[in-house]
Amino acid sequence: MKKVIISDATLRDGSHAISHQLTKAQITKYAQAADKAGLPIVEVGHGNGLGASSLQVGLSLLDDREMLETARASLTRSKLGIHIIPGFATINNDLKFAFDYGVDVVRVASHCTEADITERHISYTREQGREAYGVLMMSHMASREVLLDEGLKMQSYGAEALIIMDSAGAYLPTDVQDRISHLVANLNIPVGFHAHNNLGMGIANSITAVEAGAQIIDGASRGFGAGAGNAQLEVLVAVFEKLGFSTGIDLYKMLDAADIVEKEIMQSTPCVTSVSLVSGLSGVFSGFAKHVSLAAKEYGVDPRDIFFELGRRKVVGGQEDKIVEVALELREKTEARTK
Amino acid sequence: MSKIKVAILGSGNIGTDLLYKVLRSEYLECSLFIGRNLSSKGMSRAVSLGVPVSDQGIQAIQNRPDCCDIVFDCTSAMSHKIHAAILNDLNITAIDLTPAKLGPFCIPAINLDACKSDKNINMITCGGQASIPLAHVIGQTQKEVDYIEVVSTIASKSAGPATRLNLDEYIETTEKGVKMFSGCKRSKAILNLNPAEPCIDMQTTVYAQVRKPDMEALKKGVDEMVAKIQKYVPSYLLVVPPTYENNRIIMTVRVKGLGDFLPSYAGNLDIINCAAIAVAEEYAKSLLEKRG
Repeated sequence: MKKVIISDATLRDGSHAISHQLTKAQITKYAQAADKAGLPIVEVGHGNGLGASSLQVGLSLLDDREMLETARASLTRSKLGIHIIPGFATINNDLKFAFDYGVDVVRVASHCTEADITERHISYTREQGREAYGVLMMSHMASREVLLDEGLKMQSYGAEALIIMDSAGAYLPTDVQDRISHLVANLNIPVGFHAHNNLGMGIANSITAVEAGAQIIDGASRGFGAGAGNAQLEVLVAVFEKLGFSTGIDLYKMLDAADIVEKEIMQSTPCVTSVSLVSGLSGVFSGFAKHVSLAAKEYGVDPRDIFFELGRRKVVGGQEDKIVEVALELREKTEARTK
Repeated sequence: MSKIKVAILGSGNIGTDLLYKVLRSEYLECSLFIGRNLSSKGMSRAVSLGVPVSDQGIQAIQNRPDCCDIVFDCTSAMSHKIHAAILNDLNITAIDLTPAKLGPFCIPAINLDACKSDKNINMITCGGQASIPLAHVIGQTQKEVDYIEVVSTIASKSAGPATRLNLDEYIETTEKGVKMFSGCKRSKAILNLNPAEPCIDMQTTVYAQVRKPDMEALKKGVDEMVAKIQKYVPSYLLVVPPTYENNRIIMTVRVKGLGDFLPSYAGNLDIINCAAIAVAEEYAKSLLEKRG
């Protein structure tokens, strides 16, 4: 039976959906359940990863140390994973202490065309004897050739897998097939895929990725993640088994974990809202959703207009300050028209 | 009018762009443009502009210590550590554009007078030159500044291999500068690279959390500061004026470059060069006065 490694992003990507307000009790309860279910990797942290708690992308309730310490104490079998973006987090400020807290897998991420900023963080992780994955975010903004060039860089820095993220939930299955098969054919390391559900394609795209040769799939319980949410993890487990792929995860216990997220962590069940659909269509980072809604309210403009304008300006993750600028400009335009 | 002689050490993008700015200056003349390879793009550009060149590195200055009063060091932090000691012995003022952090930090709009007597002046970082003046105004006008955060987004094409490899140093140096010039308790710096074509202009947002915001004083202070910076960085533009929203102060500036050697979207590189020229000119003026 062919194997798929499922990496659980619930306690990291889900942070976006609750403005990074995870509590210790929530982390403990979910991490214990995920560990029991046999999830290979459990990520925890701020939605934008280690060292990202900020006014730009949102302040965390807990600091990174508290989150890592809490998760570590609850995991016995599962590996503890983190997401880290150079430009937000530095080795001295952030990564060094993460190792003191027992992080096993470091997923070093950059915008899909900027892999060379990950060199030092990936090498440092490997030097410390931990697992390093390379992650290319917003991958719909690059062709498969560019993704391969960037993936080869990460491979040369020592990355042990390459994950491409559909951070805006903008892909259709043919896009996934095109990119994943090209990467699988040309890289020596396993390839993984991280879906968002803005166009309702989370599960379909994940299946396409695995059929195209991806070996690692990210998901989140109940889809708890940025924007319209991620590929729903318990559905992935069920569907992969049905397709004849083994995940090593106990379905019943996985469903228990997902129920915990629904009852005790999420404020609302992720769905393709009007705004997150527009986010997917415009190819803008799903993590912008909360900030866009807030700015739309504050400045009295249509959140959909903000998303389309941001898409036209080709903003990348981390450029959340553009939201206020665009909202102010849209308001001025509206005021000028009504005068 | 006589001019003060400067040498430019490092013939890469920054050094070559700086050369154009020196050639335009009323107070400075470039007596030597120094690199390592006579056929590099920067060197051939200097030759075509009629500027004396050398491929001997710091040795060129050691051979002719009277060739200049000021050296702009546009090499690397590691090289600058060696250059700094040599220049100090030769009693030549070094304006350091590397992240070596040996000399005091200088932001011309804030502490130009205090810096011009130093023999080694550090220009901090490109993002720092854009954000620290605004952080300084926050420190001056607000009580109990708990936290300041500065976020710069630059065009991917304006970030060369050295910048990319040294992101951590960029962040930590900028954070240190923000704290030093604002007196805030905590600081954070973030850098984004955006690959969009046509290239985006450099943009920097400054956020702050303060106990009791005084927006009127802040707006007035920021307007004055922007006017001061525009004297040496003409296209330093406030695009989001100080605004209080969601329990935070936010303001954004955009910096277009002069487009001398580097393309105009590389405002991040232009602003540190403009700042370095401002320091050199101030020092040159005081030297010229002394020499009558």
